[in-house]
Amino acid sequence: MSTCTDNWEQVEAAAKMVLGEPIVDFIEQASAKPHPESQLIAVLHEVQSRFGYLAETHLDAVAQLMQVPAAKVVGVAGFYHFFRLKPRGKFMINVCIGTACYVKGAERIAQKIIEELGITWGETSKNGVFTLEGARCLGTCGLAPVVMIDDEIHGEVTPDQVPALLEKYLKKARE
Amino acid sequence: MAKNKKISLTIDETPLQVDAGTTIMHAAEQLGIRIPRLCYHPDLSLAGSCRVCIVDVKGMGYYMAACSSEVWEGMEVQTNSPEIRQARRDIVELLIDNHPMDCQTCERDGRCELQNLAYSLGVRARHFEGRRKRFPIELSSHSVVRDSEKCVLCGRCVRVCAEIQGVFNLSQHGRGFHTVVGPAHIANMDDSVCIQCGQCINVCPTAAFVEKRGAGPVWDALANAEMHVVVQTAPSIRAAIGEGFGLPPGTPATGQMITALRRLGFDRVFDTDFGADLTIIEEAHEFLSRLQAATEGNDECRMMNDELASQHPQSRSIHHSSFITHHSVGPLPMITSCSPGWISFLEKFYPELIPHASTCRSPMMMLSVLAKTYYAQKAGIDPKKIFMVAVMPCVAKKYEARRPEHFTADGMPYTDAVLTTRELIWMIKCYGIEFAGLPPGEFDAPLGTASGAGDLFGTTGGVMEATLRAASELITGKPADRLDYTEVRSVEGLRETYVAIGEHNIHVGVANGLTNAKILLDKVKAGREQFHVIEVMACPGGCVGGGGQPYPPEGVKVLDPDLLRRRASALYAIDGGKKLRKSYENPAIEEVYSSFLGGPGTEKAYELLHTHYHAREPRGIR
Repeated sequence: MSTCTDNWEQVEAAAKMVLGEPIVDFIEQASAKPHPESQLIAVLHEVQSRFGYLAETHLDAVAQLMQVPAAKVVGVAGFYHFFRLKPRGKFMINVCIGTACYVKGAERIAQKIIEELGITWGETSKNGVFTLEGARCLGTCGLAPVVMIDDEIHGEVTPDQVPALLEKYLKKARE
Repeated sequence: MAKNKKISLTIDETPLQVDAGTTIMHAAEQLGIRIPRLCYHPDLSLAGSCRVCIVDVKGMGYYMAACSSEVWEGMEVQTNSPEIRQARRDIVELLIDNHPMDCQTCERDGRCELQNLAYSLGVRARHFEGRRKRFPIELSSHSVVRDSEKCVLCGRCVRVCAEIQGVFNLSQHGRGFHTVVGPAHIANMDDSVCIQCGQCINVCPTAAFVEKRGAGPVWDALANAEMHVVVQTAPSIRAAIGEGFGLPPGTPATGQMITALRRLGFDRVFDTDFGADLTIIEEAHEFLSRLQAATEGNDECRMMNDELASQHPQSRSIHHSSFITHHSVGPLPMITSCSPGWISFLEKFYPELIPHASTCRSPMMMLSVLAKTYYAQKAGIDPKKIFMVAVMPCVAKKYEARRPEHFTADGMPYTDAVLTTRELIWMIKCYGIEFAGLPPGEFDAPLGTASGAGDLFGTTGGVMEATLRAASELITGKPADRLDYTEVRSVEGLRETYVAIGEHNIHVGVANGLTNAKILLDKVKAGREQFHVIEVMACPGGCVGGGGQPYPPEGVKVLDPDLLRRRASALYAIDGGKKLRKSYENPAIEEVYSSFLGGPGTEKAYELLHTHYHAREPRGIR
């Protein structure tokens, strides 16, 4: 038969293009290990840390390159709270709503952030700078109430401090 | 652990011994106790997710799922108590409270496992009414409709799709209250790797998966005096339709089915078996031309053909001596192409093997094409006035009929509507026809005359058996001394064997269920063994286990091997009882070749009876 019906090369090339070389390398290394399908979560972590979230195209590409069914990849990504399926802002705001922070008024801080940014839990501000999430406990109860922005912990926050706090990161984002 | 180690336990105070590794559910069955169940299916992996089968095990402090708990020495099981019955009732009530209460208008009313369970467990009132999940009905596919509001998250569809079909299109997405079953990204079924086999419909205990309805346009056509409404019925319909009217599974009901179709108002009742006979001849010739091409330069093969032509001068119209003329010839092994679910799988999962698929259109399509060309011409009817209905055991046939290859150049579909066995049963009931007492009818000429070989198409190994019947005479040039090839009846799902035909030792593979097919396809890819012909049917047991077949009666599990065997035995009985058992002895086929097509393998036959396939995305992961 003269016509080639195998579309694997195109499928593979498209998947590699979507994920980029570092991730493709990571997947190749993972695939060389025993039970490569058990590396799925590690690969998803890698993709999320590179792109900030897991887009449908990322998940499909991971499925093809790892040869794990797409339904499974998406099922796993959607099951774990840590994985984000929507784009996230430049900065991740995690308001702790664990018991200690909650008692110390985390709800009021969150409410202030929601008002300031015009978004609600799990959403990203229109300018793409902030994404708001709730955390169950950040392990720094002595500083309650706590707001974590990316990797920085802000302790004993009051609602009044929220605008200035956000402004600080907005400035960073503009730089 | 020793294989036959026995475990002693008591169930409901009755002592018994069972093999180690037995589950509580199966141990109880040995005492005639049927523990209620929902997510459990014997052919699928254990989920233990619905908790309907809970039992009380002494000392455990919590109820255990009987389906997924193995017995242990000295175990004391209680399957019934007021508390257990109450707990099971509560579990089912909670499922129902998150379920649309539209039983009367539901596709599965009366045949719904959830409904039956609720009744048998004694759910007579609702106590937990609250918020209910809401999802739109997903109608993108020509074959399978997904209605997630009816889903009880038992996961049977996810398991059948992955484990039996190897497609892995479905997964549970999200968590808790928001969990939903669907393809990756909860995409439309049409944009997914779904191959339209409909086994999710078969195993669903409710109506979260159902076939796309097709009866509306058929009723309209039947009521339209302008239209000449023609119907064809697939081989496996006659073997299963009786079940819809209380006849025991395996009762052949060809005669009543034909009469019922006439009463519904169809102008002509044709037999897809005729299309199957034609497929066999085209496919046998295609196979020989592939065999010839594969052994090109091999004089034996050329001689074989010359011999053939000289020995069968009387039927040259069918035993055409020149096979390869109008198109490139595919490689060996040749893989059958009648099953549209399988073809869809091929195009998405193994596109590189497409050249191996027989280019023959399926029997349904061959018959439809001839109905709108040969028959239309013969009867003097404008093809545009013919409404072609196909009754199929299959939901993928609905998709197949919509493939652009099966439309004329000016956009007329050869098959206008496809109904499943279930839909035809419903139409007959809707019309008020007492099926069981109907006098037998006969198929109409000219597309209703069929050999017994055509009937075999409805069960696994049948296409192979029918093809071998035809090929043996083509190859040896002598009348076949053998009609039955029981060794290719792949009841367990996968067969590989050699069949001696003349001097050839034909290496055949037969698979049903696509997980089984994968095994053969991977062998073809590896190339270590040279298969000659492979038959693939997408559904377990072949078409008798198709996604459009009747739901089994209460108490009989879906895909029950015994049920499938009984349906298949009806087809073997029909074949065995026919005088005409060889496709090319079918006078109607001789007639169509001599007066219309000009013989097998002619340009006209190729144009009308053959098709092509191409790689499709998303590419499946195998």
